Amino acid sequence: MKYIVSIFLSGLLTYAVGIYGDLPWWSFVITNIIISIALPIKPAQAFTAGALGVGSLWAGLAFGTDMANNHILSTKVAKILPMGGSYLLLIFATASIGALLGGLASLTGSFVRAHKS
Amino acid sequence: MRLLPLIASAIVTTALVFTLNIQLKIGNAKAPRLGYFLSPQHGFWKNAEKIDANFDASIVANELQGNLDVYIDDRLVPHIYADHDQDAYFVQGYLHAKFRLWQMDFETRIASGRLSEIAGADKLPIDRMFRRLGMVYGAEKTEANINETNPKMKATVDAYTAGVNAYIKQLDPADLPFEFKLMNYAPEDWTPKKTYLFLMFMSYDLTGRSASVDLQMTNTRDYLGYDLFDKLYTNHQDSLDPIIPKGTVYEKPSIVPVKPLNADSAYLHKVNSVAFNTVYMPEAPDKNNGSNNWAVAGSKTKSGRPILSSDPHLGLNLPSLWYEMQITTPTHSTYGASFPGSPAVIIGFNDSLAWGVTNAGRDVFDYYEIKFKDTTENEYWFNGAWKATTKRKEVIKVKDSFDVVEEIAMTHWGPTMFDAHYQNTQSNGRNLAVQWTALNSSTGVETFYLLNRAKNYDDYLQAISLWTCPGQNFVLATKSGDIAIKQQGSFVARWERQGDFIMPGEDTSFQWQGIIPTNENPMIKKPERGFVSSANQKSTDASYPYYLGAASAFPLYRGISVNMHLNKMFQITAEDMQKLQTDNYNVFAATARPALMKYIQLDNLSSDAKRMVTEMTNWDLYNSVNAKGITCFKIIWDSVEQAVWGDELVGSAIPLLKPEAYVLLDQMLKDTNWSIADDIRTKDKVEDLKTQVTLGVEKATEKLLALEKENKLEWALFKATRVLHLTKTPALSRMDLPIGGGVNIINATTENHGPSWRMVVHLTDEIEAYGLYPGGQSGNPGSPYYDTFVNYWVEGKYYRLLFLSKEKLKQSERTKWHMQFQKSNS
Repeated sequence: MKYIVSIFLSGLLTYAVGIYGDLPWWSFVITNIIISIALPIKPAQAFTAGALGVGSLWAGLAFGTDMANNHILSTKVAKILPMGGSYLLLIFATASIGALLGGLASLTGSFVRAHKS
Repeated sequence: MRLLPLIASAIVTTALVFTLNIQLKIGNAKAPRLGYFLSPQHGFWKNAEKIDANFDASIVANELQGNLDVYIDDRLVPHIYADHDQDAYFVQGYLHAKFRLWQMDFETRIASGRLSEIAGADKLPIDRMFRRLGMVYGAEKTEANINETNPKMKATVDAYTAGVNAYIKQLDPADLPFEFKLMNYAPEDWTPKKTYLFLMFMSYDLTGRSASVDLQMTNTRDYLGYDLFDKLYTNHQDSLDPIIPKGTVYEKPSIVPVKPLNADSAYLHKVNSVAFNTVYMPEAPDKNNGSNNWAVAGSKTKSGRPILSSDPHLGLNLPSLWYEMQITTPTHSTYGASFPGSPAVIIGFNDSLAWGVTNAGRDVFDYYEIKFKDTTENEYWFNGAWKATTKRKEVIKVKDSFDVVEEIAMTHWGPTMFDAHYQNTQSNGRNLAVQWTALNSSTGVETFYLLNRAKNYDDYLQAISLWTCPGQNFVLATKSGDIAIKQQGSFVARWERQGDFIMPGEDTSFQWQGIIPTNENPMIKKPERGFVSSANQKSTDASYPYYLGAASAFPLYRGISVNMHLNKMFQITAEDMQKLQTDNYNVFAATARPALMKYIQLDNLSSDAKRMVTEMTNWDLYNSVNAKGITCFKIIWDSVEQAVWGDELVGSAIPLLKPEAYVLLDQMLKDTNWSIADDIRTKDKVEDLKTQVTLGVEKATEKLLALEKENKLEWALFKATRVLHLTKTPALSRMDLPIGGGVNIINATTENHGPSWRMVVHLTDEIEAYGLYPGGQSGNPGSPYYDTFVNYWVEGKYYRLLFLSKEKLKQSERTKWHMQFQKSNS
């Protein structure tokens, strides 16, 4: 249960701190750390919870934005970065970066209260 | 607590945040901050505009004097209806910022030498060049002059500035324009100075070629000697069809510039050549910067009312230089293309008349050689004594590095462009100061302000009389039936060849002897032939009492083509004028092809060469998309030019100025035994034009065969026209467009240059206007309106422009959105 809640909270708080354009883009790192301190779960679980929370949020936001935009911008950015103009690859890259960082943040938090086994 | 894993994990997390938060170097370019850039709530995804975005808005701004409405049509063109003129300019600034903020920032950064600040030390050479040219100095002088002498223009530019800043102030960081995120910097407040910097850039773009050409001319003359130079770079153009028809009688000039007695030896170097030392500029405006405009009188149109056409040829960029809009207030109602960065409409029409511009091409930029007393540059020799310079400090901020301070010695002539601090390997310590009319403060923005409000011919004359730089050919057509064209600007009264080369600057003997009074500038109203036109050719024939400048600044053939067509057209409609603007007939090739054929020895050609020549001779003389003959013609002509004068120019260590095509063509038409034709490198034989032309064809064939292999013989594939994003990023540009045209063609579309705004205005009671530019109203690469007009532009199609009263526009089915601007919440 804590695992599911962690995922959900991670996504929710990432979204919430992202609304404020003046806050840095990586603010979710802090919220993910706090979540996994507040709801201690195993480090491996914490990692996947943080990764799923941020990753799925970023994937969803990017995908929704991209659909509404008819891939106009993503196709261009995927040529600049370069990803052969593939918007899918760009959405995947976006989600991956969010997931990796989100996961690492939660993992870090999980070690604060984890006991030596 | 598990300390070690915690520390390890914290370090990895921090390192990743850090890495994703800096600009990594990928090759030579800097990547955006990846984490920020990809974050869906902060980065580029926020710029992915909904394709059915709603542009309705309600905006409160205390700066306004009253409430006003903006209706936006289906092409995203705003129509401003305001009760107060200043409010209209406030909203114009707001809308320019809303749709074009990044380009406004970027273009004024280029103009003011501030690219290094955002892009690093790589941009220092270009920044230093613009600083030393006096771009900031000129803008500051204009600002000071307007603030002191012109409260009306000050209020206009202030209102515009306030509008831009009102937009910037409410902008959420997450909504910054895409390119700010890509290049990782933020917009700063707009200032009136930025508006003047933008206009300085237009002066540079349209008159600044002299900064390079004067050096190249000097180098070429020194390399060839004056006599040979004067043959290859003759100012005489046999086939000139000037803007003011030949045979026009000019009044006695009020200034008779006198050539100094020592000019032949001290300046033209006719007598003995001096030591060969050269300088060149890192960058120059495009040679093809120019334009067409014309107006036909009612006597030549089907409706009996005049029609005006204007298409300025400039660099083709995204976001476009132009932004379309309508501004309606109780004092005027105007529609046309505006410059994001400046108030008012620049090329357009109002409910009484229409106007357009082409570049005058007159030389208003000169170099003077300076002798400094020592390396401190505190004193220079002038009129027989050491005279003190003043020093102007320009601080260039450099991203990730130290500031660079440019200390510019200001002389009697102007800023010192080249000296010991700003040289290249070949300059040998030459000190050159710049004199340029763009550096004399101007109130040019008032010309457009007044044209927007002009009711008749007299208003037009009054408005353009204030125009100083860059010199333009202002064309006019009014509802009441007048047509006119006038070349206007601050033009130097020159003696023959004055300022074509670097001038001696140690005394006043080579100084400008006056500015030609406005009423002596070339102009014509309602001529008998029923039309007026200009296409950057010389404005007058040789009977005009002033020297216009070196002929290389005046392309010949587009003007011939325009006049040839207009002369034989009657019962003209707006559609006919659109067809003429997009006409691809090659009037140069029409003369040059038979001239070439006269000299080509077909029997001596290889079979491939024969095939290419046949392709050229079978061509219909139109530079159309699929034509192969034009590609053959162009490559053959270039190759023949190279064969004829490549030998004369080949020994030089730096690029010299290439002679104009008409010089060779005029000779080919006249004379088979032209001494220049001889290859001076072959001492034992004398080549004539026949040998050289045939040789040229063979050389061209090699290139043409290579092109054929790549499947690039078709004109559009060869030319590969593109509309380039201002950062030159291909992904943000429109590449390889299937469009015809080219140099010497009315449809002057070259590789990255061409008709940047096409407009045709029929002066009927309800104005019937058409136009478009190769771009879109939104500067956002993530918007469907980013490049909306490009395809139509490529196809030579036009949009009917919506120019209506507020009541009618509100009801138009093409009106999509409504923005309300309110003075306060109440």
